[in-house]
Amino acid sequence: MSSKIEYTKQPIPANWTKIGMILTVLGLALVGASFAMDSTRATFNSILGMMFIISIGLGALFTIGIEYLAGAVWSTPYRRVAEILASVVLIVPIFAIPGLIKMHDVFHWSHAEALQDAILKNKSAYLNTTFFIVRMVAVFIIWIVFYFIFTKNSEKQDITKDQKLTKRNIKFSALFMPLFAISLTIMAVDWMMSLEPHWFSTIYGVYYFAGTFLTGLSFITIIAISLNERGLLVKGLGEDHYYSLGAMMFAFVNFWAYIAFSQYLLIWYANLPEETYWFINRYEGSWAYVSYGLVFVHFVIPYIILLPQPAKKDPKRLKLAAFILIFAHIYDLYWLIMPTYTKQHGIEGMVFSFYEIAFPVLIIGVVMVWFGIMSKNKNLVPIGDPKLQQAIDFHL
Amino acid sequence: MSKNLFAVAGLFNTPDEIIKASKAVNKQYKKFDVNTPYPVHGMDSAMGLKSSKLGYFALAFGLTGMLIALSLMTWVTTKEYPLVIGGKPFFSLPAFIPITFELTVLLASIGTVLSMIFIFFKLPNNSHPIHDTNYMKSVSNDKYGIYVLAEDDNFDAEKVKALFASLGAADISEILYNEDDLEEDVQVYQHFKIFDKKFVVGLLSIVVVVSGLAYYMLNKLFYMAPYNWMMTQSKVIPQAPVSDNFADGFPMRNPVEGTVAKGFMPYEYKGKPEEAEKNLINPSEVTPENLALGKIKFDIYCSPCHGYFGKGDSRLNGQFPNPPSLHSEKARNFKDGRIFHIITDGQNNVMPGYYKQLSRDDRWAVVNYVRVLQRSLNAKEEDLK
Ligand code: HEC
Repeated sequence: MSSKIEYTKQPIPANWTKIGMILTVLGLALVGASFAMDSTRATFNSILGMMFIISIGLGALFTIGIEYLAGAVWSTPYRRVAEILASVVLIVPIFAIPGLIKMHDVFHWSHAEALQDAILKNKSAYLNTTFFIVRMVAVFIIWIVFYFIFTKNSEKQDITKDQKLTKRNIKFSALFMPLFAISLTIMAVDWMMSLEPHWFSTIYGVYYFAGTFLTGLSFITIIAISLNERGLLVKGLGEDHYYSLGAMMFAFVNFWAYIAFSQYLLIWYANLPEETYWFINRYEGSWAYVSYGLVFVHFVIPYIILLPQPAKKDPKRLKLAAFILIFAHIYDLYWLIMPTYTKQHGIEGMVFSFYEIAFPVLIIGVVMVWFGIMSKNKNLVPIGDPKLQQAIDFHL
Repeated sequence: MSKNLFAVAGLFNTPDEIIKASKAVNKQYKKFDVNTPYPVHGMDSAMGLKSSKLGYFALAFGLTGMLIALSLMTWVTTKEYPLVIGGKPFFSLPAFIPITFELTVLLASIGTVLSMIFIFFKLPNNSHPIHDTNYMKSVSNDKYGIYVLAEDDNFDAEKVKALFASLGAADISEILYNEDDLEEDVQVYQHFKIFDKKFVVGLLSIVVVVSGLAYYMLNKLFYMAPYNWMMTQSKVIPQAPVSDNFADGFPMRNPVEGTVAKGFMPYEYKGKPEEAEKNLINPSEVTPENLALGKIKFDIYCSPCHGYFGKGDSRLNGQFPNPPSLHSEKARNFKDGRIFHIITDGQNNVMPGYYKQLSRDDRWAVVNYVRVLQRSLNAKEEDLK
């Protein structure tokens, strides 16, 4: 049954970079306009953008780590796509710049008078500007270091076919997992939860993780399936190999719903004013529709699309679900971040205009261009990986 | 007992061979089946199987569970037994979700397994010609088997054997069945006798053993005496001379002095008619309902002595001193408070107090009714206008 791995390196479709360029230019124009017109609102959106691009890069990095750690075979043919996508963590720091410059406009706790507030005073050991930046730098370093470790080992294997490299990466991913959990939680808490510094939810990091992994997975799904349809991946990949992508997405759609609902149920039941006001902010005026919409966009619709078994093999439906999930994550971040903005500025109900589109457009464009650059001199499949043959032979 | 041909079976050594074999068989025959010791990947498409309908059963059962949970909880919490819990509305969807989820999953899984066993596997149909054959022993151990049914339109035993041989079968055999095992008037493929003696005996002995074990374990092995502290706790025993609740032999303590029972207001003008007349103010509102209440109470409690119209025409035939008429000038000039006082406290140790029978509101209603009676004989000027 086993045959030789048939792979020849071909460049990714040229129009991807072209579309990416167009989106980047468009995004840059929108971002420039929004900073010129209302820099505070633009800064809030830059945080949305940063959390979104973190989700793309870190979600991909996590799939690499979890594949090594779990010894997963099904995802091996897609691992190089994930590795190239994970290189996005290299450009994440750029998107932190607006938030850092305009820190006092968005982070209430960073003001000097915040120390007069008893609660913020008690939190100031953690929530202070210096420690905030130290944490951020440490987190970026962790991600970038592990990105280089994983990819260098994996790419070396293309040539040497040395199985020891797999073993080495397994050890590193065991080290990476706890660091990943902590660093992701730190970023979610620091950059999103601390926008409303009085409020707290212990499940916040897990909630953000659910969206992160789904986003990474959705990007991998779209890219891998599109490449494979053009025959740019290894020969012999087909519907049976898509199945696990769909199953994983389906599982994490449920995971997200489970976590989101747990958070809501506990706060709703306990009914403590210091916790409920966060949800009430997202329930007032037109925000209520955004909240209801979230349930559908992030759970009901993808759930129904992915439920039937054939859907998990059908490239069309898989891509549709992945697009919806990427949109859902942006929607989710909007729902997490923007009500704080409207509340702080006494705006009634939700706000939505080109400000909110600017960063997602820019980021999707940048990621497409970046993917083109980073994939240039690389194979699109880890052809030296000992598990690759087994993965290709897989049948449902 | 005549033996008929059920199918021709072939055994293969590797999963790759069985996949190749089922692809080849699938091209020529429709009625065939494959048996492997474990699920072999890629078998569904090799056999040309359509995707199973079992998923629809799961969906239907899951939705049923969801509906039952939601409607049951809605009915209980809003109609049958509404309780305020944590200040939440009776219909609180978030609180229902966990249970709805549980019941959805429970019904979906139980329903799926049961419909698989009963509909797809056709339980209680427990006998099949491939049982107790060498073929069955091999495929449940280390071989991969395929058999083509004699019922198939293209079936020809020799051709099937030749096909298996050309595919490299390790062993080729015929599977036979007894005419007697067949239920009447049915297709061979579908139905064999339901109640095999061995099966029934086996089932019965399982039932006996399991229920016996359960009984023994719960009632003997793990038996625990139920809590009996309700029998031994200190309590009041009716007719017992003393109680051991307190040292003085009383079962309960007297209420602290000045304790007022719930809903009771002490009467502060006992034996002080003048003060009552001065201070008490009629709080009731004169309405038809109030007067009707007053009439009822008056007729019950006052009329035996005072007569239905308060004329003092007692029905007691001299067993009790006749009261004076309530229409006297004196009685008409009583303030409401005075009449209230007389009803509450009695008068001159002759008329008894009625505070035990009549609530405050009742008493004021009677006062109002007495006023009506009085004005029926001595109308005020304004009544005539
Ligand atoms: C057991 C018979 C009896 C009943 C029942 C009774 N009374 Fe009397 N009532 C008397 C007698 C006798 C007197 C006269 C007491 C006295 O000598 O001062 C009296 C006196 C009165 C007086 C004062 C009359 C006066 O001129 O001093 C009023 C008012 C009165 N009753 C109202 C009522 C009302 C109202 C009821 C119903 C709640 C009622 N009574 C029930 C026997 C009764």
